[in-house]
This record gives sequence, structure tokens and C-alpha cells, in this order.
Amino acid sequence: MKNVLIVFCAITISMPMMAQDTESLLKGVEDSVPAREKVTGAFKSTRVINAHSLEMLGKGNLDFRILHRFGRVNQGVKQLFGLDAASMRMSFDYGITDNVMVGIGRSTLRKEFDAFIKTRILQQSTGSKSIPFTLLVAAGSTVWTEESFAAVKPDFADRSSYYVQLIAGRKFSSKFSFQISPVFLHRNQVESPGEDENIFAMGGGARYKVSKRIAITADYHHPFSGLPSDNTDPLSVGVDIETGGHVFQLHFSNTSGMNERAYLTQTNEEFFNGDIRFGFNLSRIFKLKK
Amino acid sequence: MKRSIFFTMFLVCALHSFSQTRYFSKNTNISFYSSALLEDIEAHNNTSVCVVEAGTGKIELSVPVKGFVFSNSLMQEHFNENYLESDKFPKAAFRGVIASLGNTDLSKDGTYRLSLSGSLYMHGVSNIVNAEALFTVTKGVISASSEFIIKPADYNIKIPLLVRDKIAKTVRVVIDIPLLKKI
Repeated sequence: MKNVLIVFCAITISMPMMAQDTESLLKGVEDSVPAREKVTGAFKSTRVINAHSLEMLGKGNLDFRILHRFGRVNQGVKQLFGLDAASMRMSFDYGITDNVMVGIGRSTLRKEFDAFIKTRILQQSTGSKSIPFTLLVAAGSTVWTEESFAAVKPDFADRSSYYVQLIAGRKFSSKFSFQISPVFLHRNQVESPGEDENIFAMGGGARYKVSKRIAITADYHHPFSGLPSDNTDPLSVGVDIETGGHVFQLHFSNTSGMNERAYLTQTNEEFFNGDIRFGFNLSRIFKLKK
Repeated sequence: MKRSIFFTMFLVCALHSFSQTRYFSKNTNISFYSSALLEDIEAHNNTSVCVVEAGTGKIELSVPVKGFVFSNSLMQEHFNENYLESDKFPKAAFRGVIASLGNTDLSKDGTYRLSLSGSLYMHGVSNIVNAEALFTVTKGVISASSEFIIKPADYNIKIPLLVRDKIAKTVRVVIDIPLLKKI
């Protein structure tokens, strides 16, 4: 009996000691429900390729972007597969707060200026009270300044267009993100009779990361009505390469438009007929404010 | 005889639980600094949890990697996405012991310079870390601070050639545990 007691005693004493050695001290101290965490990095840049992405610039960050769209690849070697001709857009985007950014740009196509403001309404998060998706709204306007040879010269208002776009999407995994972006565009003056001043289009964008710094991206819009029948849906497929403060977005696209008005209403090349153009977006981010 | 055995048993058990006096902090400050030719990198995290067991000198820290805040948001994103891969490895941890605790009684007021040793887990890799820590006890409240240097390469954190001039090969980690309340 005595022996049994001693053994029992030894076991009960040594048990908690053993348990203590393997058990984490943090047990019961750490919260069982993880705190709410924002999901970041759904895309590498604030644009998927042409369209606004789920990403925002951080507060005080200036994004200097240089965009190039070359000629059609199927023009052959004489035009160096389109590289002899280039259209460009230069822009400056700035993050006023983490949730509000503005930008201005100018494209060589029609010598067109554009400006926008983009706001994040909801940000995807995990943990307690998680939000499953990110929601943003972007609004902007464009005005072209190319000389007009029309009998009645269009004034500033005639040359202006406005758009508002909702961007909703989700980073499904660390690799895959997807977004949809309905957009409403209003042109004060249409290109040719029979076109509609108001155009509604649905956009979609996605990215798949193939390595830490390289991702495949795609960007597509389908305008529902109001455009000539020879217009096509803008589609771009590309690769994002990120190196520190730079992001290089190399892609093939059937549009040379680099603002919302241009790529929604001035695309008439067939992507799958080989009417594609090489292009790149170069983004360099500067930290202006702490 | 039986009674005395029971008595000893209870006494040992009681002593045992007495030695388990734990102190903890839910807002441990962890910062890291690195300075390279082109860029100084600095980040702060106050979301870590720390527990110290006064009797045994055991110390544990749990660090949510996403809790590190950089003044440059792009740097913060790259830290999470490209370097620490915080989706894959959401937590870093230190598990160790106050090696030179000896007879130091952390419930008594005073300042104690003690050495820590343990393993630091980060980015899927554990390494032994030895560091000196300063413990200050005032009215039963312990505050501790420590500092040590780690190498990203030891934790399988690869720095691409293109940005090698921007990122230092060593990182100074500063830990400041302001309040360790008794559990």
C-alpha cells in the first residue's frame, strides 16, 4: 500500500512537470480568435493593366507611371512587329490617405488629359469581423486637346467625358486575386451618329502570382451597347515584374487606349485574330511624406 | 506515515504551483532596424505577446508578423509578401530561458542584467539566439528590454541581387516589454 502511494505520489508530482516542459507558456494568454487583419497585396500595382485595380497607393506615395502601347504585332518585321510606332501616357498618382488617391495623366492619343479620384470603401480582412472582399470607387474625367478639323469646332465641354467605376474583388489566396468592375461612361459628344453618349460596361481583372515577384495578369471589359458594331472588347494579358519600388507591367493588348474613355470606346482590333500590340506600364513609387 | 506522505504530496504540489508565477504582456514592443547603403529600414510591432515564468526563468514571445508597421507602406507590403511571407508563416516566436537567473528573485524590486538563451522561430526556420536583457522590477511590475542582431540569410530570407544594396545583411532587433502583469 505504501509503495503504491509513493508511486502515485511520484506520478502526480512529475506529471505536471512533464506537461509544463512541453506546454507553451502562451496557452490561454494569446487570444483564441485572431485579431482583424487587413488583406493587402491583391495586385502589384494600382492598375491591373488598363483598369483600376483593388490596390491603393499608401499615404504620401507618389506613383510616376510611364505607359507605352506599340503598333500591331502582325505588321511584321518591317515595322519591327509594331515597335516602330508608339503611343504613350504619362501620369502622376498620389496617395492622399491610405484610402484616397488622385491622379492626372496625359496620353499622346488625341492629346488627351485625364484625372481621377479613387476611394476605398471596404477593405478585405481576416480574423474577427472579417470582410470577404474589397470595394472601391473611382471617378474621373478626360478631355482631348487635339486640333479638330470639324466644321463646328468642339468646345471644352464637347471634348470631355466622365466615368465612374466600382471595383469589387477579393484576394482568394496569396497567389490568386479576381475583381469585377462595372463602369459607366458619359461622353458629351460621340464619335459618329448613332452612338450612345452613355455607355455601360462590365470589367473583369485577375492576377496569378507565379513567383514572389512575378505575376500573370489579365484585364477585360465588355461595353453593353451604344458603340459601332466594329468595336471590340478591350482585352489585355500581361506579366507583372516587381523589383523594389518599380513595377514593370509587360503585356499584349488589342487596344492602344490608356484611359477609360479611350480603351472603352476606341478599341476595334480582334485580339484572337492577332491584332495585338505589345505594351508596357512602368511604375516607380516615390515616398514623399512619412 | 500515510498522512505524512499525503502532506508531502500536497506541499510539493503547492510549491510547484507557487513557482509557476507568471507575468505577461500583451503589448510587447518589438522593433527592427537595418541600415544599408541606399536605404534605412525600420519597423515597429506592438502586438506581440510575452510570458515570463518567474520561478523557472522561462520566457516566451509570440509575434504576429503582420503587426510590423513601416513608415513606408510599400516596404511593409514587400516585407510581408516577398521576404517574411506572412501568409505562409504568420507568426514568429521566441522560446527560451533566462540562463543566468540563479537565485535572482524577480518579485523583488531592483534592476537585473541577465542573459537569455533560446530559439527564435521565423519564416519557417529556428535558430539559437543568445542575448542580454535588462529586467527592472518596481512594485511587482517587471519591465524588460533586450537587443540582438540576426541575419536574414539564417532564416532563409533571400534578398534578390537587384536590391542587395538596399537591404543590409544584418538586422538589429530591439525588444521592449513595458509591463508584465501577474496572471
